[in-house]
Amino acid sequence: MDRYETVIGLEIHVELQTASKLFCGCSATFGGEPNSNCCPVCLGLPGSLPVFNRRAIELAATAALALNSEIQGKSRFDRKNYFYPDLPKAYQVSQYDQPLAKGGFLDFRIKNEIRRVNLERVHLEEEAGKLLHAGESILDAEYSLVDYNRAGIPLLEIVTRPDLRSGSEARFFLESLRLLLLYIGVSDCKMEEGSLRCDANISLRPTGSQELGIKTEVKNMNSFKAVEAALEFEAVRQEKILNSGGKVGQETCHWNEETRETIPLRGKEGSSDYRYFPEPDLLPLLLEKSLIRELAASLPELPLQRFQRLQDNYGLAESEAQIFIDNRDLGDFFESAAKTYNNYRNLANWVQGDFLFQVRERGYRLEKTLPDHLVEILVQLDNGEISRPVAKNLLAESLKTGRSPLELIATNNLGRITGRDQLLPLVEQVIAENPGAVDNFRRGKEKAVAFLVGKVMALSSGRADPGELNRLFRDIITK
Amino acid sequence: MSEDFLKEVEHVSRLARLNLKPDEKEKVAGQLQSILGIAKKIQELDTTGVEPTSHVINLPAILREDVVRSSLPVDQVLLNAPKRNKNYFQVPRITAVE
Amino acid sequence: MKLHENTAVVLSQLLAKKEVSAIEVTQSFLNRIGDLDPLLKAFVTLTPEFALKTAAEVDQKRINGKRLHPLAGVPIAIKDNICTEGIKTTCASRILSNYHPPFDATVVSSLKAIGMPLLGKTNMDEFAMGSSTENSAFFTSRNPWDPERVPGGSSGGSAVAVAAGMAPLALGSDTGGSVRQPASFCGLIGLRPTYGRVSRYGLIAFASSLDQIGPLALTAEDAALLLGAIAGYDRLDSTSLPEDVPDYSKELGAGIKGIRIGLIGENVDQQFDPEVNAAVKRKLTMLEQHGAVTGEVSLPLTDYGLGAYYLIAPSEASSNLGRYDGVRYGYKAESRHLEEMFSNTRGEGFGAEVKRRIMIGTYALSAGYYDAYYLKAMQVRTMIRRNYEKAFQSFDLILGAATPTPAFKIGEKSDDPLQMYLSDVCNINDALAGIPSISVPAGLHSSGLPMGMQISAPPSGEKLLLAAAHFLDGQKRGVPQRPQLEIGEGGSK
Repeated sequence: MDRYETVIGLEIHVELQTASKLFCGCSATFGGEPNSNCCPVCLGLPGSLPVFNRRAIELAATAALALNSEIQGKSRFDRKNYFYPDLPKAYQVSQYDQPLAKGGFLDFRIKNEIRRVNLERVHLEEEAGKLLHAGESILDAEYSLVDYNRAGIPLLEIVTRPDLRSGSEARFFLESLRLLLLYIGVSDCKMEEGSLRCDANISLRPTGSQELGIKTEVKNMNSFKAVEAALEFEAVRQEKILNSGGKVGQETCHWNEETRETIPLRGKEGSSDYRYFPEPDLLPLLLEKSLIRELAASLPELPLQRFQRLQDNYGLAESEAQIFIDNRDLGDFFESAAKTYNNYRNLANWVQGDFLFQVRERGYRLEKTLPDHLVEILVQLDNGEISRPVAKNLLAESLKTGRSPLELIATNNLGRITGRDQLLPLVEQVIAENPGAVDNFRRGKEKAVAFLVGKVMALSSGRADPGELNRLFRDIITK
Repeated sequence: MSEDFLKEVEHVSRLARLNLKPDEKEKVAGQLQSILGIAKKIQELDTTGVEPTSHVINLPAILREDVVRSSLPVDQVLLNAPKRNKNYFQVPRITAVE
Repeated sequence: MKLHENTAVVLSQLLAKKEVSAIEVTQSFLNRIGDLDPLLKAFVTLTPEFALKTAAEVDQKRINGKRLHPLAGVPIAIKDNICTEGIKTTCASRILSNYHPPFDATVVSSLKAIGMPLLGKTNMDEFAMGSSTENSAFFTSRNPWDPERVPGGSSGGSAVAVAAGMAPLALGSDTGGSVRQPASFCGLIGLRPTYGRVSRYGLIAFASSLDQIGPLALTAEDAALLLGAIAGYDRLDSTSLPEDVPDYSKELGAGIKGIRIGLIGENVDQQFDPEVNAAVKRKLTMLEQHGAVTGEVSLPLTDYGLGAYYLIAPSEASSNLGRYDGVRYGYKAESRHLEEMFSNTRGEGFGAEVKRRIMIGTYALSAGYYDAYYLKAMQVRTMIRRNYEKAFQSFDLILGAATPTPAFKIGEKSDDPLQMYLSDVCNINDALAGIPSISVPAGLHSSGLPMGMQISAPPSGEKLLLAAAHFLDGQKRGVPQRPQLEIGEGGSK
């Protein structure tokens, strides 16, 4: 048994997918020329005032509902005061003691088990601008440049309770959270573009203890892998300190992706004092029960619900269902095809096998593919009308051209070649053209048959049945 | 004036990013104390159970539709910039260490 | 009578009858400014070309027979904390001394749409913090009744402009008396509207939950016209009142018969100039004689307003003024690194009073003091609102002095912030309650200076306030309404 238990809580920030910013009409899209999506409001020009974006509120409430968090009928916005060049007003409009939603939880699968992480709160705030450092890093940059395009984009903050127990758990949780948010369509959740970010509080305590140890805050983790690696590293770092009889300092650590270590930022600004107070420029936010009901009713099926349903309705294995959950569009494709084809396991096999391979290999867009085409192929295969190799070729051809497989079978004469009468001319041709292989077989080299079968398969464009050919060759050559 | 209060004044001026010259600091500390004196008068009142007023308007927030409106031209955005670098605002080095 | 001596309403009539052109009217005020402003220093920035251009456009429209607003062609001066696109807006601060806003405040858009020529931007206490304009980073404006005295503040420049005939109308802003107190010192009408009645969009914030833009005028009629032009719901201001704007000029003459008016008992008991108290009582008697029902009203928390105000306003200010950091606009100090730039920019860019308020506010909001100071002040604010609600159950209007004394001397209080703060004591509670309040002239003090009286109404009661003020306007007999100014001293007194 381990001497220490790791305790982790996460603070996740998610940029909401609105057209315009939280408090002004500037475009909220990623990128753009520097400082081109700015106006008096998001630049914090003197005299400018904020006005709520309805869509941002609705997306935030939708996320809260999906996270089982209790939406507050009345919530309030506060100013969080601090100075930094990316913060145009020197305060961030955020929510302090009356957040949009309180509590909640997210259930997620990890190693075939369902785990629950409880949430502290879900609230809405505004995004800051972006700093570019002229140099290797913030530490040695002679100067920095500020771009306020991002300033004012609506940002959802989700705070978990300290319910996670390892870096890998944190990663699983985050991936599940991302999936959930993608399902409900509130954010594009791109960690590499910063639209999903995560800070972590991590502490160690003696196994069995209920008290929390001294925590550090880990920042600058820019991928799911980084979250896992940083927290695993930090847990080890803290353990070493504790084992050597030391005390963990309550501090902020930066994950360094290059050196793969967490580095405490010592001496940087003592405990912060944000001087929160109610934002006088914004009246309290009231959310009508009817709106909340409406949003709840329009929630789509969530990943875990779908996971269960795919198993219940289609008899899929957990692993199969999981692939459809992780690849939502693929799952949609499957379910659409399953409406007219009821050998679900076979369908799932094809969808996750050949179909997915083709789509990925050739870069086809999933939404442009037709489930009916796959079903046509599978029905022909099941009926013995086409061979398996032909089925695969058909799938490739139909994906490439968009033409119906039935039509391709008819025009290209792709039906199976079966029976001695139809196969014999091909078999005789191959025997005549490959006397060496025939001799080899006669001398007892079993592999030679496979070679000859392959030749016929090639001649017939895969329309013949290899088993039948095998028998036929033996029959004819050994006679 | 107590050392403690002067220390506090220093802390507050740091929080507010407000550089006060040494003579200014003494003066401000004194004035701050007398102003807090009138402010302290409200401590006499019993406010138990009284809702704080942060807005005098008893209405809920209004919401605008999520419609993109044109932003300022970049030159207008940077018009008043004390230090401009291309189309960015420039700030000096962030860390104090040389 | 010279053109610049007329009220806005008279000018409006002359313009409508085409007896004068907007160019002539504007030029007359520009001339007056040229004569007097070197002495009185009401303006921070003058915009004569822009004013004349607007005037010419109005004249053209009138010739073309276009329907025009009554105030079309009537010039105006605007306090320098109200944003004007492309025109320097400084808040009388070093930190914004060269700031050119890229947008108009909503009220400025309204005035432009009407066609009111903008004469210039007026001096004020830096960031509207003060009661004398002595906190302006540029210069102190002079009271036209006695240039040795302050005009009041923070909207001092606007008050001077109107009182001296350099503008027929002006806009000020009132956070804790900044329209009404200078109106009182300069013998004018100064109206603080109900919080939310006039859009704050483009008004550079001092204390957001208190700031309101309001008119300064010679008469209640003029104030009513201007209020009508700037009031109304604004989708850019979330704290804007979604109410229709009544026609403030209509029924101004309804009189005060049957109106219940209460005199604030607490005010009179204080250490006010006895002449001020007597003047207020005289006015009350006059109102009674003309049919008003009068009585005394108690606002027991009056004394606590000052304490609550000097916590709430600086707290909000400390946050509102954080943005002046040398990054996006305004003054920037030289420095080796970021924090030094922030601290030096703000240390050098702000004046003493602004720094004081930032310090108080930061202190009151900081960890450990929030509950005892800020939260407590907000609770007291609730109690003060309830005081008024109760008072307005018995009275339609509440009356008291607008300022404890007439205008004080320049330099008299500038070294003592507390004494300065006390000069707003009559105006603060209305602001905390968010109710409308008007300052009206109450006659001349034995020193020859004007005195002011303040009338307050329940939320959205501007119409009644203006009717009462209009009634009092009509009762003035034999009292000089304008300062007697000697011109031609070359601006150096």
